[in-house]
Amino acid sequence: MMKINIRNMKVDQEGTIASVKVGGELGRRLRDMGLVPGTAVKVQGRAPLYDPVALRVKGFTLTLRNNEADHIEVEIDG
Amino acid sequence: MNICVALGGNPNAGKTTLFNALTGSRQHVGNYPGVTVDRKEGRYVQNGHDIHIVDLPGTYSLTAYSVEEVVARDFLVNECPRVTINIVDASNLERNLYLTIQLLELGIPICVALNMIDVARSRGIEIDHQKLSRLLGVPVVPIMARSGFGKQALMAAVERVAQQPLPQPLRVSYGRDLETTIQSMEQVITKHGFLTDLYPARWIALKYLENDAQILEKGRATEARIADQLVAETQKVGAHIEETLETYPEAMIADHRYGFISSMLKQGIVKERFDKNRLFLSDRIDKVLVNRFAGPLIMFLVLFGLYQLVFTYSEVPVGWCETVFEWLSDVVSTQMPDGLLKSLIVSGVIDGVGGVLGFVPLIMFMFLGIAVLEDSGYLARVAFMLDRIFQIFGLHGSSVMAYIVSGGIAGGCAVPGVMATRTLRSPKERIATLLTAPFMNCGAKLPVFALLIAAFFPNSQARMMFLITLISWSGALLAAKFLRLTVVKGPSTPFVMELPPYRLPTFRGLMIHTWERTWQYVKKAGTVILGISILLWAAMTFPRLPAAQVAQYAADRDHMVAQASPAITDELARWTGDTPLSAGAARLKRELTASRGRQSAAALRYSLAGRIGGGLEVVSRWAGFDWRTNIALLGGFAAKEVIVSTLGTAYSLGAANDDDAQASIASRLTAEPGWRVLTAWSMIVFVMFYAPCFVTIVSIVRESSWRWGLFSVIFNTSLAFCVSVGIYQVGSLLGY
Repeated sequence: MMKINIRNMKVDQEGTIASVKVGGELGRRLRDMGLVPGTAVKVQGRAPLYDPVALRVKGFTLTLRNNEADHIEVEIDG
Repeated sequence: MNICVALGGNPNAGKTTLFNALTGSRQHVGNYPGVTVDRKEGRYVQNGHDIHIVDLPGTYSLTAYSVEEVVARDFLVNECPRVTINIVDASNLERNLYLTIQLLELGIPICVALNMIDVARSRGIEIDHQKLSRLLGVPVVPIMARSGFGKQALMAAVERVAQQPLPQPLRVSYGRDLETTIQSMEQVITKHGFLTDLYPARWIALKYLENDAQILEKGRATEARIADQLVAETQKVGAHIEETLETYPEAMIADHRYGFISSMLKQGIVKERFDKNRLFLSDRIDKVLVNRFAGPLIMFLVLFGLYQLVFTYSEVPVGWCETVFEWLSDVVSTQMPDGLLKSLIVSGVIDGVGGVLGFVPLIMFMFLGIAVLEDSGYLARVAFMLDRIFQIFGLHGSSVMAYIVSGGIAGGCAVPGVMATRTLRSPKERIATLLTAPFMNCGAKLPVFALLIAAFFPNSQARMMFLITLISWSGALLAAKFLRLTVVKGPSTPFVMELPPYRLPTFRGLMIHTWERTWQYVKKAGTVILGISILLWAAMTFPRLPAAQVAQYAADRDHMVAQASPAITDELARWTGDTPLSAGAARLKRELTASRGRQSAAALRYSLAGRIGGGLEVVSRWAGFDWRTNIALLGGFAAKEVIVSTLGTAYSLGAANDDDAQASIASRLTAEPGWRVLTAWSMIVFVMFYAPCFVTIVSIVRESSWRWGLFSVIFNTSLAFCVSVGIYQVGSLLGY
């Protein structure tokens, strides 16, 4: 098990959210969308310019910018 | 039963579709006071019901971060709907229930509409709605909003809820660390009756822990002493949690809410046949549509296609409108005696109202197009693909729509462009977009460019048009960046956005959406524009040329006629326009027309507008504009189309509406000593960037506030002036 940032995940790579270390409006938005520790995520794709990133969470797709995704740490196998 | 029912739920959960299915055509749209959030209301009249339904803005949560959330929450608390229908997407249950839990914590009577059970089933998801209803303690009715399935059962359940007493607020357990604090805060709140007339005590405690700006403010205003005590408790537990668990109270609250939901769902409510994250049709489409290489190409084609469709197909109805108004002004012209009243009705009223209504087909088609892109889910993909570029300038991926519609591909219109910013949910980005979208080259600016290009750059027309498009894009993006660094500064709104599955838009939804927007435009813009158009007419008419001068021009013309041979005057008097005139008669006719042209030019110069134009020469000379250009630009406030025709009048060529006349203005300008290539550049840039036309300003005011409308007039004109002066002065220095 190792922890990495979403920015460094490859397309189709899966993992489990370990922590979301941001407060304020961004933190709230992320949590409202179900990005809480213990949730499984998968990188579904990236925009043509690599940013934003599309994530698969709880059965739906959401997008966020890389600098927003930086606050999310994901545990991955291997 | 005559009650008020609210309809709330996540964006993309099918809320609008359900609202349309319930109310049909018995609905109307307004605004919540002070904000540009649509407030839709309608009536459900069936089987003896007469239920007033209010559609709340779609939200994921009930915090106080976005306008939509504040509006929804305030409505639920202050206007106390008897029942709230919470629409929940069955194929996306876990996240949708997050809002449901918050509604239950607020202690309001709700009824869950489990929507899109067909989609969920096709994805292999089966939901035991009876069990869900037992665990939530509220009715859960499966529905399909698109087909209307289940709507009777839903309304029957709503009626049952309305007859029951108000429910107790739901108590979710937030874990040992927080629970102690919450309960002690609850006691303080209950003991002092602190805001409890509006909210449940436990909910207030939670909002303090969540650091909710609106509640904190209300608390301070109500009783500062208790508010301080609650804040102190919050800070204490916050510090403790941060030290021991490295997290925030609000994060813990969210975790526990989701924990509550997943433990509930684990009790056999959801059966999934497939892996939750497997790729469905929608995801497979996305593999192509947002592909790194094919995506941008397809997007360009789609946007370009939409644009072509809208502007090509609206041409015909726009033509009809023009014909009707031309006919009307012809009738009035022939039936009424010459004079001020006729001039007012033809030039002020008919031209003004015609100008507004002429846009209507365009706006209808544009909104139909946008509604298709939005309802199908493609717009979210466009925002996703372009966000990286727009982010640099402090904008949002969705800003592209407004830019393109406004004339990002030359020939759009800023009015629907400004209205298209409604799809942007980030407030700062939205203001920056709607203020800069009018910099794009709308269809009305094109004749001005065409005229100047034809006169001064006859050999590089296409290249010039392309260059002009580039300049307006760079101008708009840089101005947006400037605005985001000054008047609408601040960090960007989080982009966190759902990519909804692709859906086929419903015909009814599209029609309602298009009709609403069009009607709002006609109603509001129509009244204001009429007034302004009359004002402009008055400014260009009064004060009138002194009688002595008018008599002088008339005497001149009489003199011309008297000098000509009787044969020629006779030929001209009998002439119906079908046969070619003899050389002598043609010359006389030309001279007479020229004299009338000189008279209109003199009258224009003498009018208020002419005096203002003359007065402005002191300043405008810096940019190379004389009084004639000034009047034309002043007229451009009404509509940019007016610029060319006013130039025509000012250069005593008569109103220039046809190609011949435009060509003659072009040749006149090149011959004019004050005009050279540099002047043309200066004017092109000025027309591109200066104040939007009045219809656009009215739209800006409606989409934001009158302050931003005023700002756009001042800011845009100053910007345009600075750039034009820069070009003209530097160019002059360099000897151009």
